[in-house]
Amino acid sequence: MARTELEYAPAPESRSIVDIKASYGLFVGGEFVDGHGSSFKTVNPATEEVLAEVAEADEHDVDLAVKAARRAYDRVWSRMPGSERAKYLFRIARIIAERSRELAVLESIDNGKPIREARDVDVPIVAAHFFYYAGWADKLRHSGYGETPLGVAAQVIPWNFPLMMLAWKVAPALACGNTVVLKPAETTPLTALLFAEICQQAELPPGVVNIVTGAGATGQALVGHPDVDKVAFTGSTEVGKAIARSVAGTDKRLTLELGGKAANIVFDDAPLDQAVEGVVNGIFFNQGHVCCAGSRLLVQESVAEEVLHRLKRRMATLRVGDPLDKNTDVGAINSPEQLARIRELSEAGEAEGAERWTAPCQLPDTGWWFAPTLFTDVTQAHRIAREEIFGPVLSVLTFRTPAEAVAKANNTPYGLSAGIWSDKGSRILQVASQLRAGVVWANTFNQFDPTSPFGGYKESGQGREGGRHGLEAYLR
Amino acid sequence: MTPSPTARADVRKTYKLYIGGAFPRSESGHTYEALDAKGRWVANAALASRKDARDAVVAARSAFGGWSGRTAYNRGQVVYRVAEVLEDRRAQFVEAVQRSEGVNARQASATVDASVDRLVWYAGWADKIEQVVGGSNPVAGPYFNLSAPEPTGVVAVLAPQASSLLGLVSVVAPVIVTGNTAVVVSSFRRPLPAVTFGEVLATSDVPGGVVNLLTGDATSLGPWLAAHMDVNAIDLAGLAGDAVVAAQHEVAAADNLKRVVRAPAAEPDWTAEPPLTAMTAFLETKTVWHPRGV
Repeated sequence: MARTELEYAPAPESRSIVDIKASYGLFVGGEFVDGHGSSFKTVNPATEEVLAEVAEADEHDVDLAVKAARRAYDRVWSRMPGSERAKYLFRIARIIAERSRELAVLESIDNGKPIREARDVDVPIVAAHFFYYAGWADKLRHSGYGETPLGVAAQVIPWNFPLMMLAWKVAPALACGNTVVLKPAETTPLTALLFAEICQQAELPPGVVNIVTGAGATGQALVGHPDVDKVAFTGSTEVGKAIARSVAGTDKRLTLELGGKAANIVFDDAPLDQAVEGVVNGIFFNQGHVCCAGSRLLVQESVAEEVLHRLKRRMATLRVGDPLDKNTDVGAINSPEQLARIRELSEAGEAEGAERWTAPCQLPDTGWWFAPTLFTDVTQAHRIAREEIFGPVLSVLTFRTPAEAVAKANNTPYGLSAGIWSDKGSRILQVASQLRAGVVWANTFNQFDPTSPFGGYKESGQGREGGRHGLEAYLR
Repeated sequence: MTPSPTARADVRKTYKLYIGGAFPRSESGHTYEALDAKGRWVANAALASRKDARDAVVAARSAFGGWSGRTAYNRGQVVYRVAEVLEDRRAQFVEAVQRSEGVNARQASATVDASVDRLVWYAGWADKIEQVVGGSNPVAGPYFNLSAPEPTGVVAVLAPQASSLLGLVSVVAPVIVTGNTAVVVSSFRRPLPAVTFGEVLATSDVPGGVVNLLTGDATSLGPWLAAHMDVNAIDLAGLAGDAVVAAQHEVAAADNLKRVVRAPAAEPDWTAEPPLTAMTAFLETKTVWHPRGV
């Protein structure tokens, strides 16, 4: 049978809804202020177009932001009844929902993720997260973690889910009565700065949320500031370890949400089409820029050939390209640095003897792109089976018995997430209990919810974000 | 004093380590003098070496799968059994605490009572902690979603220096009752209650390797354990008041992101009821999702 080509007409989302300024300052004490340091450019990864100049906060700027947060903590936020704090958070949740399309478009432009995901996943979760934690603000005595806030929280977030990571950090911190200084990633600062405007619209007391933009040095200055009581970081395991060392010997509380190398285990009794759909979602969602991505497919030997056949067929239908096109499945790689890392690891995969297959697709001429790719003949010793690639690259390994699947799945210093595909309930429960991972998705993958705790075992981090458990990081 | 030729010479115990359910001497061949509170020689305690610590980690890792796989009910039974056997040997522990800590018989007796009671308290937690800290999450979609605590793995415990029995029990019980296995460095100057506690564990249905007891110096063994890549967490209780050394341990622990219980500024009052965090510090939360549908 001849393959049918489905042609889609372009269906671009209008970007006229967002108004990107030529330059942005820092958000300190409720106002946008100029930084004392230099500035940097943020770029649309799909077009390489410079979107804006953004201030790079130096130590002095960070100090001013921490001071503003401390003032707001001492004078207003820690003294305000929880029921009043709640109302500000509810306001924020509502404004996020009202301005959801604007946020989604801006997120897509600055990050490179498909508008379909920004619109249907990221932004709805962000609004829901604020709404969820708003409701906790006056119920903390029932949380089991005390009801006293810690003080000023230093929060450093990554570029893969800029707004969602902001919500996961800011919402619980504020609900518990802390004030925050947040540093968004240097390649994706724009939605955090739009969030600052939302804080203004909500009339959140000045200094409760402060946003300092910049790169690693800004983050170090923030985390190392002597007057922060709490450090929350999401990002690479390497930086997470450096932060853990830097807070050693202090009283600062620490939560870390770091890398992963999740196994997605497909048993021979799994509903294969659903499993293939889940595997595709697990690794190609958000271009694979997901710490909990199912980057290692472990497939039972007896169905490996069939699964691979269906997987390649499905991958060939993925639409890679303009993130603002509503039909796009896989968007742009966030930065040239990240693209170089994905290429380097993929080349290592070939050099080490794995077999590479790339989905047939046309990549745009400008911007940073990487076609959905899978590797077979992968062994556990290969770098592509051990290191986090953080891109649309899937490593396929096989197993014969459930015990072998579990042993391979756990054979990693990471432990963030895992997937199980099987129609046998008792097997799912047994394997789920043996996997050393903080989130286990059975017959589904990459599900997130404000009520559901998220976070890793081993070198994937410390602490949990989301749900009642997420309050622990911000209370004593 | 010249002994009477007709008097019976007592048979003294060799104070050894407790690793993997056996009582070896230190592989280093080293011992150190354990003195009583008045500075008199009591025994030559084994001086655990880096190799002993590494052996203990291997034993603890080997025991983890079996111990964490026991039912919570069974772990509660075993920890309760530890309390029973400790109670049974209370006279011996009263004497050991009295000599080690220099307290009077009444105080030592109260310490042993509190230690037994502490074990009973933790035994009861085995099959309740999951209900208190876990639960289902009402996600906005057709999914079953459950969060439950799981033991983090192998936990290194630097036991308190002053409270040689109650302090020891108070840092070991919360680690093992939830399914972790432990490598414990006893009080350096007051090691004898820990050695005898090892004998209690060995006769209480606690599987070998679940608790491994090393006598020696926490400041020399601690760094190896803090940096050990197959240790999942470390309790720095034994470094109380030594902020500089404790910070070095925290830095080393970051190599594999161990969960760290920081050293307090001073040794706490171990008679107070422990907080839940004594257990939750060594627990991971696992959240499992599954679709609902027909």
